[in-house]
Amino acid sequence: MPEGFETVIGLEVHCELSTATKLFCSCANAFGDEPNSNVCPVCLGLPGSLPVLNRRAVEFAIRIGQALGGDIRPSIFHRKNYFYPDMPKDYQISQYDQPISSGGRLALPDGSVVGIVRAHMEEDTGKSTHIGESGRIHGASHSLVDYNRAGVPLVEIVSEPDIRSAEQARLYVSELRAVLVATGASDGRMEEGSLRVDANVSIRPTGTTDLGTRCEVKNLNSLRSLVRAISYEAERQSALIAGGGTVSQQTRHWDEGGGVTQLLRSKEEAYDYRYFPEPDLVPLVPDDSLLSAAAAGVGKMPSERRQSLAELLGVPGEALAAGPVADQAQTVIELDLDGLVIGAVACGADAHLALARAANEGASKAEGARRLDAGTFAGLIKLESGGILSATQSKAVLSVLIDEGGEPAEIARRLGFEAMGQSDLDELVDSVIAANPDEWRRYQEGDDKISGFLLGLVMRQSSGKANGKLVKDTFDLRRHAGTASQG
Amino acid sequence: MPGISIEEVRQVAHLARLQLSDDELSVLQGELSALLEHVARITQLDTEGVPPTAHPLPLFNVLRLDEPRSGLTPAEALAAAPAVDRGRFSVPSILGDAL
Repeated sequence: MPEGFETVIGLEVHCELSTATKLFCSCANAFGDEPNSNVCPVCLGLPGSLPVLNRRAVEFAIRIGQALGGDIRPSIFHRKNYFYPDMPKDYQISQYDQPISSGGRLALPDGSVVGIVRAHMEEDTGKSTHIGESGRIHGASHSLVDYNRAGVPLVEIVSEPDIRSAEQARLYVSELRAVLVATGASDGRMEEGSLRVDANVSIRPTGTTDLGTRCEVKNLNSLRSLVRAISYEAERQSALIAGGGTVSQQTRHWDEGGGVTQLLRSKEEAYDYRYFPEPDLVPLVPDDSLLSAAAAGVGKMPSERRQSLAELLGVPGEALAAGPVADQAQTVIELDLDGLVIGAVACGADAHLALARAANEGASKAEGARRLDAGTFAGLIKLESGGILSATQSKAVLSVLIDEGGEPAEIARRLGFEAMGQSDLDELVDSVIAANPDEWRRYQEGDDKISGFLLGLVMRQSSGKANGKLVKDTFDLRRHAGTASQG
Repeated sequence: MPGISIEEVRQVAHLARLQLSDDELSVLQGELSALLEHVARITQLDTEGVPPTAHPLPLFNVLRLDEPRSGLTPAEALAAAPAVDRGRFSVPSILGDAL
């Protein structure tokens, strides 16, 4: 980004709802099934079929709107007309000028706030596979379409152009994903396409308020793609302007492999969608029964949960904006494991250690970890923090605990994780010192870098049974003893 | 105000992916103009205070329960497809057209 310019970003996030069926028909809403196995005359757009709105999808959309502080309003559906084989009706049913939720805001962990324009309901399209040398949309010879996804309920959340950097965009999507998961409306799985992002990117001289000409970047299917594509696009536009040119309004496609955005269509080629009210659907009016059904079962929002974790860890709220502990906190919140950490701390476990184990080892088996009893988990954390189990042993016990259940101490015994007695440890440390006199001298002279080497030798020779902290303490005792006798 | 130019008819035909001869365009220009003029008569009415109507039926919230039912088998779904490949509908290159 050249001096004196800033990036202006607005995001459109498409979120697939976790309903059992599609938005307008009773076909299963499922990922990964045999192609064209969850289809019917409605979602294939066959003549004579009629859409009927899914009540659960409406409840989820209301939840999302409320979680973002939106105004839940009477709404109608429109037909958005375009010829594209992923939509067999040749129109997509969407909400246009009367969305179910209007306005709102999302507060990010770094303290910034991004305005929300609207959240509206629409149906997803089918999935195209492009056949050709590149495997991409450019240069494909033909395309294959699977309509299992056609008609799956989506909520599209449109932000104000309040975002100023690729990193803030990442934070926004990450926080929004956590909110969507907390509402129960979505599983938030970007890798399965449950969450898809389009970014409107422009640049302008810092301090000005007019928006520059924007380009819309599509196909952002991971947080990594989002950050890379926005950075690329901002640089591309800067180079255009620096070279005396101008940015023209375009829709561009992010090519993850090539690391570039490519022109998909220009403003002149933009679709004329000819929106008109969908005559086959009647208006939607959020009444008490819909609102109360939507309110039931909504979990705590991530900002609130982050605050609880910050208090537990004894750190200020801002400490959870960035850094390793912030990443751990974000992970447990996204995976709904923060309750386990809080419960374990209530049972006397060390907060930082409980958070680390939940965010790392627990996250790899999140589903099982969510079923863990907090008291049992606390028992394990206490064994580790008390030096009975080494970190390696504790992780192994946790893995068994999640898979099979049981008691931590009993599992540790079964795995042969008897804590190494201090006399055995002393013996091992002394033998390592004797076998590595040069390294030991450097350590005694204060070269702390060598300590990892010595520690590693002891850990290896103990087959992981030694407790790293105790080994370190034992070495330190020897060093102090040596220094004292020399002095 | 009502009425429609040949260029607008051509544009609408393109949007609907219809290929029309000059004769057909001119016939449709007349017919579409007559339709627009007819509908435009509503602008002569005083609609002050009349709420916008999204639907002619006095109905709202027609909803169904979120319960799955089986639809078509893949073979049934693909039976009428012009071309099928690997269990999917095979369609011409998407960016080939001026989309």
